[in-house]
Amino acid sequence: MRVGLLHSVIRLEEKMLLSELGRRGVDVVAIDDRAVTFTLGRRTVDVDVILERSINHSRALHALRLFESQGIACVNTPAVAATCGDKLLTSVALQEHGVPQPEVRVAFTPESALAAIEEMGYPVVLKPAVGSWGRLLAKVNDRDAAEALLEHKTVLGSYHHSIFYIQRFVAKPGRDIRAFVIGDECVAAIYRTSAHWITNTARGGHAAACPVTADLAGIALAGARAVGGGIVALDLFETADGLVVNEVNYTMEFRNSVEPTGVNIPARIVAYVIRRGAGR
Amino acid sequence: MSVPCPVCDAVVQLTPDAVVSELVRCRECGSELEITDLDPPAVREAPVEEEDWGQ
Repeated sequence: MRVGLLHSVIRLEEKMLLSELGRRGVDVVAIDDRAVTFTLGRRTVDVDVILERSINHSRALHALRLFESQGIACVNTPAVAATCGDKLLTSVALQEHGVPQPEVRVAFTPESALAAIEEMGYPVVLKPAVGSWGRLLAKVNDRDAAEALLEHKTVLGSYHHSIFYIQRFVAKPGRDIRAFVIGDECVAAIYRTSAHWITNTARGGHAAACPVTADLAGIALAGARAVGGGIVALDLFETADGLVVNEVNYTMEFRNSVEPTGVNIPARIVAYVIRRGAGR
Repeated sequence: MSVPCPVCDAVVQLTPDAVVSELVRCRECGSELEITDLDPPAVREAPVEEEDWGQ
Protein backbone atom coordinates (compact mmCIF):
# COMPACT_ATOMS: atom_id res chain seq x y z
CA MET A 1 0.00 0.00 0.00
CA ARG A 2 1.42 3.36 -1.03
CA VAL A 3 -0.25 6.49 0.30
CA GLY A 4 0.47 9.91 -1.16
CA LEU A 5 0.27 12.53 1.58
CA LEU A 6 -0.53 15.85 -0.06
CA HIS A 7 0.65 18.54 2.33
CA SER A 8 1.89 22.08 2.76
CA VAL A 9 3.56 22.76 6.08
CA ILE A 10 3.50 19.71 8.35
CA ARG A 11 1.33 20.53 11.37
CA LEU A 12 0.73 18.39 14.42
CA GLU A 13 -2.15 16.64 12.61
CA GLU A 14 0.12 15.56 9.75
CA LYS A 15 2.79 14.39 12.22
CA MET A 16 0.16 12.25 13.97
CA LEU A 17 -0.97 10.82 10.63
CA LEU A 18 2.62 10.11 9.54
CA SER A 19 3.25 8.36 12.84
CA GLU A 20 0.15 6.21 12.38
CA LEU A 21 0.99 5.43 8.76
CA GLY A 22 4.48 4.40 9.88
CA ARG A 23 3.04 2.24 12.66
CA ARG A 24 0.88 0.44 10.08
CA GLY A 25 3.89 -0.12 7.82
CA VAL A 26 2.42 1.95 5.02
CA ASP A 27 4.74 3.32 2.33
CA VAL A 28 4.24 7.11 2.37
CA VAL A 29 5.05 9.45 -0.51
CA ALA A 30 5.09 13.05 0.75
CA ILE A 31 3.79 15.46 -1.88
CA ASP A 32 4.47 19.09 -1.00
CA ASP A 33 1.85 21.25 -2.76
CA ARG A 34 4.43 24.05 -2.97
CA ALA A 35 6.76 21.92 -5.08
CA VAL A 36 4.59 19.48 -7.03
CA THR A 37 3.83 20.08 -10.72
CA PHE A 38 1.31 18.28 -12.89
CA THR A 39 1.46 17.34 -16.56
CA LEU A 40 -1.99 16.63 -17.91
CA GLY A 41 -2.26 13.08 -19.21
CA ARG A 42 0.65 11.81 -17.11
CA ARG A 43 0.60 10.18 -13.71
CA THR A 44 2.26 12.46 -11.16
CA VAL A 45 3.07 9.86 -8.55
CA ASP A 46 2.78 6.08 -8.15
CA VAL A 47 0.44 5.68 -5.19
CA ASP A 48 -2.76 3.77 -4.44
CA VAL A 49 -4.51 6.63 -2.69
CA ILE A 50 -4.05 10.32 -1.93
CA LEU A 51 -4.62 11.60 1.59
CA GLU A 52 -5.17 15.34 1.18
CA ARG A 53 -3.82 17.49 4.02
CA SER A 54 -3.08 20.78 2.25
CA ILE A 55 -3.58 23.88 4.30
CA ASN A 56 -4.78 25.92 1.28
CA HIS A 57 -8.28 25.13 0.05
CA SER A 58 -7.54 26.25 -3.51
CA ARG A 59 -4.49 23.99 -3.85
CA ALA A 60 -6.28 21.04 -2.27
CA LEU A 61 -9.27 21.41 -4.54
CA HIS A 62 -7.30 21.56 -7.78
CA ALA A 63 -4.70 18.97 -6.84
CA LEU A 64 -7.43 16.50 -5.89
CA ARG A 65 -9.16 17.01 -9.24
CA LEU A 66 -5.85 16.40 -11.04
CA PHE A 67 -5.09 13.25 -9.05
CA GLU A 68 -8.62 12.00 -9.63
CA SER A 69 -8.17 12.51 -13.37
CA GLN A 70 -5.14 10.23 -13.14
CA GLY A 71 -7.32 7.46 -11.73
CA ILE A 72 -6.00 7.73 -8.17
CA ALA A 73 -8.43 7.33 -5.27
CA CYS A 74 -8.60 10.53 -3.23
CA VAL A 75 -9.53 11.16 0.40
CA ASN A 76 -11.46 13.32 0.27
CA THR A 77 -12.77 13.45 -3.28
CA PRO A 78 -12.53 16.74 -5.18
CA ALA A 79 -16.33 16.90 -5.19
CA VAL A 80 -16.40 16.84 -1.40
CA ALA A 81 -13.64 19.47 -1.27
CA ALA A 82 -15.53 21.71 -3.70
CA THR A 83 -18.72 21.51 -1.65
CA CYS A 84 -17.19 21.82 1.81
CA GLY A 85 -14.73 24.54 0.77
CA ASP A 86 -17.61 26.86 -0.06
CA LYS A 87 -20.18 27.62 2.65
CA LEU A 88 -22.80 28.50 0.09
CA LEU A 89 -22.40 25.18 -1.75
CA THR A 90 -22.41 23.36 1.59
CA SER A 91 -25.67 25.03 2.57
CA VAL A 92 -27.22 24.13 -0.77
CA ALA A 93 -26.18 20.47 -0.34
CA LEU A 94 -27.57 20.39 3.21
CA GLN A 95 -30.81 21.94 2.01
CA GLU A 96 -31.15 19.48 -0.86
CA HIS A 97 -30.70 16.57 1.56
CA GLY A 98 -33.07 17.92 4.20
CA VAL A 99 -30.35 18.42 6.83
CA PRO A 100 -31.30 21.11 9.38
CA GLN A 101 -29.21 24.29 9.32
CA PRO A 102 -29.63 27.92 10.37
CA GLU A 103 -31.58 30.04 7.91
CA VAL A 104 -29.32 31.20 5.08
CA ARG A 105 -29.88 33.91 2.52
CA VAL A 106 -27.61 34.89 -0.36
CA ALA A 107 -27.33 38.18 -2.24
CA PHE A 108 -24.97 39.57 -4.84
CA THR A 109 -25.07 43.32 -4.22
CA PRO A 110 -24.79 45.40 -1.01
CA GLU A 111 -28.29 46.77 -1.60
CA SER A 112 -29.95 43.40 -2.01
CA ALA A 113 -27.91 42.01 0.89
CA LEU A 114 -29.13 44.83 3.13
CA ALA A 115 -32.71 44.16 2.07
CA ALA A 116 -32.28 40.46 2.86
CA ILE A 117 -30.78 41.23 6.27
CA GLU A 118 -33.57 43.68 7.14
CA GLU A 119 -36.13 41.04 6.20
CA MET A 120 -34.40 38.38 8.33
CA GLY A 121 -34.05 40.67 11.35
CA TYR A 122 -31.00 41.22 13.52
CA PRO A 123 -28.59 39.82 14.48
CA VAL A 124 -27.24 37.96 11.46
CA VAL A 125 -23.79 36.64 10.62
CA LEU A 126 -22.05 37.64 7.42
CA LYS A 127 -19.53 35.06 6.24
CA PRO A 128 -17.17 34.85 3.30
CA ALA A 129 -18.24 31.80 1.28
CA VAL A 130 -14.62 30.60 1.28
CA GLY A 131 -12.62 30.88 4.47
CA SER A 132 -11.94 29.20 7.76
CA TRP A 133 -10.78 29.51 11.34
CA GLY A 134 -13.50 32.10 11.88
CA ARG A 135 -11.71 34.68 9.73
CA LEU A 136 -13.75 37.68 8.57
CA LEU A 137 -16.96 36.47 10.19
CA ALA A 138 -19.06 39.41 11.23
CA LYS A 139 -21.99 39.42 13.64
CA VAL A 140 -24.27 42.19 12.47
CA ASN A 141 -26.42 43.60 15.26
CA ASP A 142 -28.12 46.53 13.56
CA ARG A 143 -28.63 48.42 10.32
CA ASP A 144 -25.73 50.79 10.93
CA ALA A 145 -23.31 47.88 11.25
CA ALA A 146 -24.83 46.15 8.22
CA GLU A 147 -24.39 49.21 6.00
CA ALA A 148 -20.78 49.73 7.13
CA LEU A 149 -19.79 46.08 6.73
CA LEU A 150 -21.39 45.71 3.31
CA GLU A 151 -19.64 48.86 2.09
CA HIS A 152 -16.29 47.69 3.49
CA LYS A 153 -16.66 44.28 1.87
CA THR A 154 -17.48 45.89 -1.46
CA VAL A 155 -14.64 48.41 -1.38
CA LEU A 156 -11.90 46.46 0.40
CA GLY A 157 -12.70 42.85 -0.41
CA SER A 158 -11.65 40.73 -3.35
CA TYR A 159 -14.36 39.69 -5.80
CA HIS A 160 -15.58 36.68 -3.84
CA HIS A 161 -16.47 38.94 -0.91
CA SER A 162 -19.25 40.32 -3.07
CA ILE A 163 -21.12 37.01 -2.76
CA PHE A 164 -22.99 37.83 0.42
CA TYR A 165 -23.64 34.74 2.54
CA ILE A 166 -25.99 35.73 5.34
CA GLN A 167 -26.81 33.32 8.17
CA ARG A 168 -29.30 33.84 10.95
CA PHE A 169 -27.39 34.25 14.21
CA VAL A 170 -27.87 31.29 16.54
CA ALA A 171 -27.60 32.15 20.24
CA LYS A 172 -25.45 29.26 21.40
CA PRO A 173 -25.21 28.09 25.03
CA GLY A 174 -21.58 29.26 25.11
CA ARG A 175 -20.52 26.30 23.03
CA ASP A 176 -21.00 24.43 19.79
CA ILE A 177 -20.27 20.84 18.80
CA ARG A 178 -17.71 19.49 16.39
CA ALA A 179 -18.52 15.97 15.22
CA PHE A 180 -16.01 13.81 13.36
CA VAL A 181 -17.35 11.48 10.68
CA ILE A 182 -15.17 8.86 9.02
CA GLY A 183 -16.94 6.83 6.37
CA ASP A 184 -20.23 5.61 7.82
CA GLU A 185 -19.48 6.34 11.45
CA CYS A 186 -19.51 9.39 13.69
CA VAL A 187 -16.38 8.42 15.60
CA ALA A 188 -16.15 11.27 18.12
CA ALA A 189 -17.40 14.71 19.04
CA ILE A 190 -16.27 17.61 21.18
CA TYR A 191 -17.92 20.62 22.71
CA ARG A 192 -16.10 23.83 21.81
CA THR A 193 -16.67 26.28 24.62
CA SER A 194 -15.85 29.96 24.45
CA ALA A 195 -17.10 33.18 25.94
CA HIS A 196 -16.77 34.59 22.41
CA TRP A 197 -19.47 33.88 19.86
CA ILE A 198 -16.78 32.39 17.57
CA THR A 199 -15.90 29.05 19.19
CA ASN A 200 -13.15 27.68 16.88
CA THR A 201 -10.40 26.03 18.92
CA ALA A 202 -7.98 27.77 16.53
CA ARG A 203 -9.42 30.97 18.03
CA GLY A 204 -9.10 29.87 21.64
CA GLY A 205 -12.24 27.78 22.10
CA HIS A 206 -11.83 25.03 24.73
CA ALA A 207 -12.41 21.40 23.70
CA ALA A 208 -14.20 18.87 25.91
CA ALA A 209 -15.67 15.45 25.19
CA CYS A 210 -19.23 15.39 23.85
CA PRO A 211 -21.19 12.14 23.94
CA VAL A 212 -22.09 10.84 20.48
CA THR A 213 -25.82 10.40 21.01
CA ALA A 214 -28.10 8.81 18.43
CA ASP A 215 -29.42 12.29 17.54
CA LEU A 216 -25.92 13.68 17.07
CA ALA A 217 -24.72 10.70 15.06
CA GLY A 218 -27.84 10.85 12.91
CA ILE A 219 -27.50 14.48 11.88
CA ALA A 220 -23.71 14.23 11.55
CA LEU A 221 -23.97 11.27 9.19
CA ALA A 222 -26.77 12.95 7.25
CA GLY A 223 -24.66 16.09 6.89
CA ALA A 224 -21.62 14.06 5.85
CA ARG A 225 -23.62 12.19 3.22
CA ALA A 226 -25.09 15.45 1.94
CA VAL A 227 -21.64 16.77 1.04
CA GLY A 228 -20.47 13.48 -0.44
CA GLY A 229 -19.11 11.51 2.51
CA GLY A 230 -15.53 10.59 3.33
CA ILE A 231 -13.72 12.15 6.28
CA VAL A 232 -15.41 15.32 7.48
CA ALA A 233 -15.88 17.35 10.63
CA LEU A 234 -19.23 19.02 11.15
CA ASP A 235 -19.83 22.05 13.31
CA LEU A 236 -23.27 21.94 14.91
CA PHE A 237 -25.35 24.28 17.03
CA GLU A 238 -27.71 23.20 19.78
CA THR A 239 -31.05 24.99 19.38
CA ALA A 240 -34.47 24.74 20.98
CA ASP A 241 -35.57 22.87 17.86
CA GLY A 242 -32.68 20.42 17.95
CA LEU A 243 -29.25 20.25 16.37
CA VAL A 244 -28.46 22.21 13.21
CA VAL A 245 -25.37 21.96 10.99
CA ASN A 246 -23.37 25.15 10.74
CA GLU A 247 -20.41 24.08 8.59
CA VAL A 248 -18.70 20.97 7.22
CA ASN A 249 -14.89 20.75 7.03
CA TYR A 250 -13.07 18.38 4.69
CA THR A 251 -9.44 18.64 5.91
CA MET A 252 -10.23 18.51 9.54
CA GLU A 253 -7.99 19.49 12.38
CA PHE A 254 -8.12 17.19 15.39
CA ARG A 255 -5.11 17.93 17.60
CA ASN A 256 -7.33 19.19 20.42
CA SER A 257 -9.88 16.38 20.12
CA VAL A 258 -7.91 13.16 20.60
CA GLU A 259 -7.16 13.63 24.28
CA PRO A 260 -10.62 14.74 25.49
CA THR A 261 -12.49 12.11 23.47
CA GLY A 262 -10.04 9.27 23.98
CA VAL A 263 -10.55 8.38 20.31
CA ASN A 264 -7.44 7.86 18.20
CA ILE A 265 -8.73 9.96 15.31
CA PRO A 266 -5.55 9.72 13.18
CA ALA A 267 -5.66 5.91 13.49
CA ARG A 268 -9.28 5.92 12.33
CA ILE A 269 -8.39 8.19 9.41
CA VAL A 270 -5.49 6.00 8.34
CA ALA A 271 -7.61 2.84 8.55
CA TYR A 272 -10.20 4.48 6.27
CA VAL A 273 -7.55 5.69 3.82
CA ILE A 274 -6.05 2.18 3.60
CA ARG A 275 -9.51 0.75 2.87
CA ARG A 276 -10.00 3.32 0.12
CA GLY A 277 -6.56 2.59 -1.28
CA ALA A 278 -7.46 -1.09 -1.44
CA GLY A 279 -10.58 -0.21 -3.39
CA ARG A 280 -12.98 -0.89 -0.55
CA MET B 1 19.75 17.98 16.26
CA SER B 2 19.65 21.76 16.61
CA VAL B 3 19.58 24.81 14.39
CA PRO B 4 19.81 28.57 14.99
CA CYS B 5 16.54 30.48 14.95
CA PRO B 6 16.57 32.82 11.91
CA VAL B 7 14.70 35.45 13.92
CA CYS B 8 16.53 35.63 17.28
CA ASP B 9 19.52 33.31 16.79
CA ALA B 10 18.58 31.16 19.77
CA VAL B 11 19.21 27.42 19.51
CA VAL B 12 16.13 25.52 18.30
CA GLN B 13 16.13 21.81 19.17
CA LEU B 14 14.59 19.45 16.61
CA THR B 15 13.12 16.12 17.72
CA PRO B 16 14.57 12.84 16.37
CA ASP B 17 11.39 12.25 14.33
CA ALA B 18 11.47 15.70 12.71
CA VAL B 19 10.48 15.85 9.04
CA VAL B 20 10.96 18.42 6.29
CA SER B 21 8.09 20.95 6.14
CA GLU B 22 7.28 20.42 9.81
CA LEU B 23 6.35 23.46 11.87
CA VAL B 24 8.34 24.10 15.03
CA ARG B 25 8.36 27.00 17.46
CA CYS B 26 11.40 28.83 18.82
CA ARG B 27 11.12 28.68 22.61
CA GLU B 28 13.13 31.88 22.92
CA CYS B 29 11.25 34.34 20.68
CA GLY B 30 8.08 32.34 19.92
CA SER B 31 8.53 32.52 16.15
CA GLU B 32 6.91 29.77 14.14
CA LEU B 33 9.49 28.09 11.91
CA GLU B 34 9.39 25.53 9.11
CA ILE B 35 12.05 22.83 8.76
CA THR B 36 13.49 23.06 5.26
CA ASP B 37 16.26 20.45 5.54
CA LEU B 38 17.47 17.77 7.93
CA ASP B 39 20.97 17.15 6.58
CA PRO B 40 22.19 19.57 7.69
CA PRO B 41 19.20 20.86 9.65
CA ALA B 42 17.80 24.18 8.48
CA VAL B 43 14.70 26.23 9.22
CA ARG B 44 13.02 29.35 7.90
CA GLU B 45 10.19 31.51 9.14
CA ALA B 46 6.89 29.71 8.58
CA PRO B 47 4.65 31.03 5.80
CA VAL B 48 2.13 33.68 6.74
CA GLU B 49 -1.51 32.60 7.03
CA GLU B 50 -3.40 33.00 3.75
CA GLU B 51 -7.05 33.67 3.12
CA ASP B 52 -7.96 30.09 2.18
CA TRP B 53 -6.06 28.42 5.02
CA GLY B 54 -7.56 26.10 7.57
CA GLN B 55 -10.79 24.32 8.38
